[in-house]
Amino acid sequence: MWRRSASFILDDERRRTSNSPPMADNTTRAPFQNPDAISAYYQTRAAHHGVITSDWLAQAQAAVGGGVSGEENSDSSVSELGKDKSFNVIEEFNGWRKQPDLAEAVAAIRALAAVIRASEASTMMELEIELKKASDTLKSWDKTSISLTAGCDLFIRYVTRTSALEYEDFNSAKSRLLERAEKFGEISCKARKIIAMLSQDFIFDGCTILVHGLSRVVLEILKTAAQNNKLFRVLCTEGRPDGTGVLLSNELSKLDIPVKLLLDSAVAYSMDEVDMVFVGADGVVESGGIINMMGTYQIALVAHSMNKPVYVAAESYKFARLYPLDQKDMAPALRPIEFGVKIPAKVEVEMSARDYTPPQYLTLLFTDLGVLSPSVVSDELIQLYL
Amino acid sequence: MESRRNPRAVVDPKVRQVGFFTSSQPDSTHQPDPIASESHPVASSISPSGNSLSPVMIPPPRHNSSDTFPLRAAAAAASAVSPSSFSYSTRRDFPDGSMTASPGRVSRASFSKPSSSLPGVGMDSMAAAKSSSVPASGLTTVSVVNMPPGLSEKESDQKKNSKPLKEKTTKAERRALQEAQRAAKAAAKAEGGKAPLVTSGSVASTNVKAAKPVKPSSQKNDVAVAAPGPSEKKGGQTEKDRKKDAPHPRMQYDDESRVVKAKRRAVVKQTEAKNRVELFRHLPQYEHGTQLPDLETKFFQLDPMHPAVYKVGLQYLSGDISGGNARCIAMLQAFQEVVKDYSTPSEKTLNRDMTAKISSYVSFLIECRPLSVSMGNAIRFVKNRIAKLPITLSESEAKAALQSDIERFINEKIIMADTVIVKHAVTKIRDGDVLLTYGSPTAVEMVLLHAHELKKKFRVLVVDSRPKLEGQLLLRRLIKRGISCTYTHINAVSYIMHEVTKVFLGASSVLSNGTVYSRVGTACVAMVASAFRVPVLVCCEAYKFHERVQLDSICSNELGDPNAISKVHGREDINYLDGLTNNANLQFLNLMYDATPSDYISMIITDYGMVPPTSVPVIVREYQKEHSLV
Repeated sequence: MWRRSASFILDDERRRTSNSPPMADNTTRAPFQNPDAISAYYQTRAAHHGVITSDWLAQAQAAVGGGVSGEENSDSSVSELGKDKSFNVIEEFNGWRKQPDLAEAVAAIRALAAVIRASEASTMMELEIELKKASDTLKSWDKTSISLTAGCDLFIRYVTRTSALEYEDFNSAKSRLLERAEKFGEISCKARKIIAMLSQDFIFDGCTILVHGLSRVVLEILKTAAQNNKLFRVLCTEGRPDGTGVLLSNELSKLDIPVKLLLDSAVAYSMDEVDMVFVGADGVVESGGIINMMGTYQIALVAHSMNKPVYVAAESYKFARLYPLDQKDMAPALRPIEFGVKIPAKVEVEMSARDYTPPQYLTLLFTDLGVLSPSVVSDELIQLYL
Repeated sequence: MESRRNPRAVVDPKVRQVGFFTSSQPDSTHQPDPIASESHPVASSISPSGNSLSPVMIPPPRHNSSDTFPLRAAAAAASAVSPSSFSYSTRRDFPDGSMTASPGRVSRASFSKPSSSLPGVGMDSMAAAKSSSVPASGLTTVSVVNMPPGLSEKESDQKKNSKPLKEKTTKAERRALQEAQRAAKAAAKAEGGKAPLVTSGSVASTNVKAAKPVKPSSQKNDVAVAAPGPSEKKGGQTEKDRKKDAPHPRMQYDDESRVVKAKRRAVVKQTEAKNRVELFRHLPQYEHGTQLPDLETKFFQLDPMHPAVYKVGLQYLSGDISGGNARCIAMLQAFQEVVKDYSTPSEKTLNRDMTAKISSYVSFLIECRPLSVSMGNAIRFVKNRIAKLPITLSESEAKAALQSDIERFINEKIIMADTVIVKHAVTKIRDGDVLLTYGSPTAVEMVLLHAHELKKKFRVLVVDSRPKLEGQLLLRRLIKRGISCTYTHINAVSYIMHEVTKVFLGASSVLSNGTVYSRVGTACVAMVASAFRVPVLVCCEAYKFHERVQLDSICSNELGDPNAISKVHGREDINYLDGLTNNANLQFLNLMYDATPSDYISMIITDYGMVPPTSVPVIVREYQKEHSLV
């Protein structure tokens, strides 16, 4: 059966051509790119997972601006490139990213807003070109991060989609653009709080929530629920290879929420006692489905077959103009997996770090635009991109 | 989304309403602007098989409320008369095609219809010259339905009920009517062929004349084909015959010239096929084959018809031009010719006269072949543009503006839309793919050819079906370019589906609930693909989207030539059914379109990008907004 899958043929070719397929892309990337085979996005995620534990947060608050960061080795090369520009968007970006609580896409949005502010362009066209260039730079920093790409694209569409562009006076148009940019940045920053507030109605006393992956939005939701004195308990999946389960359970136990850790394979076993499933999203695609950490699709399938609702908490800047038809229809994002023991050389390992969950298995999306059904994502995108 | 088990139902989650609720008016078909609205119902009224007619969109005749009473009584009577005429009026009233039935509901609905939109009508009458007429025809339908049975031995009560209508006719007209009908009856007894047609043609015209005072103005009814309906009605003697030959829903109109033209043509062609499937009686079906030579000889005689339009009509009739885009482009180019040769007659304004002319040409085209949805939308666009022409423009300027508008429509909405669709679709084709396609959709052909140019490695499976065998044309064109293809018939689709990776389909239209209205057989292919978990991608330009909703393939469709089914071309040995077309026990059904539910569609590729089927109403809404601004 798998002979008919296109991916089989692709894998075949890849194996035939060379032994280091992931390396092939790197040579074509821009110099300040991540030389490593591992997706930068997942590297930062791993780093951030380590970073956002509350102990660390406390330290970071004290030392904000001190330059502590979990960033990877691309920084040095980045700053070299940026020297020739008077205003370096990457520097700005990294500056924003130093705030540990901030999502990457939000940092990018803030950086782009700063580009507008610092721009010395005198015509709208020039400004738009500058924006485009800055956004391309940011996007190329990590090509596999959907939220980064989507955030940049949405920002540009949102900001330039105003009749203010037709004003004769460039300065007023620019200030209008800046206004919209700031607003977008504000919304994105506050997105998590809005989502947490919206989802409170769905968590009732005595419920059991299954959580997969370590999403800061979901964490925010659970924190808020605990603060509102709701009684509930959480089952976390182990989340190999990122180890998200352990981290999440640490956090939740600090909030005095009863937590139970599950093996990834024990999800179907425990699904009976679960009332709802909460996941975050790396990206929300046009069909209404989500791209998230590997294992989400599995859990959604099990939940759907047992009639349990699956709720996705995603900010609106994650809406991307992608439309995967199947699991292999996305840009690959690979992540090495530690098995603990040595794997023989002839054995292949599925290294993809994320999967696609089609919209029919999702119940609702909690976004800062409101509580949406999956078909609304396309509605929003059409309105913005029309 | 199906409802999930949620024991403690949330009190008031902030659920956002999207789709139809976010626009300022809940019914996007009800517009505050009557001018714009008129072109709306116009186009829909002139494409009977393609679009169902929503009575709420159609301004009712400019009656005072006293006339609604006869309508109601007549409707009640009509509903009592025969199921087919009854079903007709229900079809009129329920645009979504659901034929729920209770006489009370019919009359109530038809009663409310005029009253609810009366204020709008007042404005419409001022604007005039816009074709909108179907409720007028609704009235006429009822009246015509009533009058013939009123004369028969059985329905004396109908006579009583239709009396309020008849009060409007003068004595002389009524006498003329009776004589004509008596004559028709006698003639029909003698010969069941042409005579009733002719006499009934005259009867129809008198009928229409009688009905004329009932309806105030000469609002053009674009839907054609007059005489055969009433003729059959008059000719049919027994109750059963009368039921069988129920009046054709779209035959009544008030315009003299239209009736005459139809009568003239009715003698030549459009003899209603007698042997029809019960379920599809609401769709027109005619004897094919007789019209073409006659029409060809008449090429130089038809004064009111522009030769370009005539030519296009003949091409439709013979099947030379088929396919949504081709038909639409041919029609629009004919209209460009019309505009070029047009000169405003004295004492008429360009807007109104041009619109009237276009409507008459459209009705001719409908006689040749019912409109496709793409053509309906294009006609709506053209009429919209004509209506929006500023009065201050001189004739030549207006003509130039119109021509360039039509040119722009063709370029933007069809040609460039196709390039955008191709650009999106090729991103979904990967090396090693096995692509299945059905029939011969132009958009899909362009996608495949472009993907081949981009040196992608794939092979194509062309599925074909009788009687049109359109897939063979696609096959030839693909092979010429060197794409490796497999060809099979639709019987084998479940056999080969296991090796297919993607299915590309074309569409005649995509409706608001995501249903894809396409060549018959498409639904079959899509369902089998979905059962095999193969993604189904539909390529359709956005101008073909329509805001109506269709739940099945029955309520709105097109019937083709039954002889095409009975005869197998080139295989004399298996022509068992040849000559059985008129057998009373055997009915042939040659459907042209079918409706594929949205559950089987994975994505729709349009010039607005790749969207899920649930986003079609959004695009329709945005599209209309765009048009009202333009």
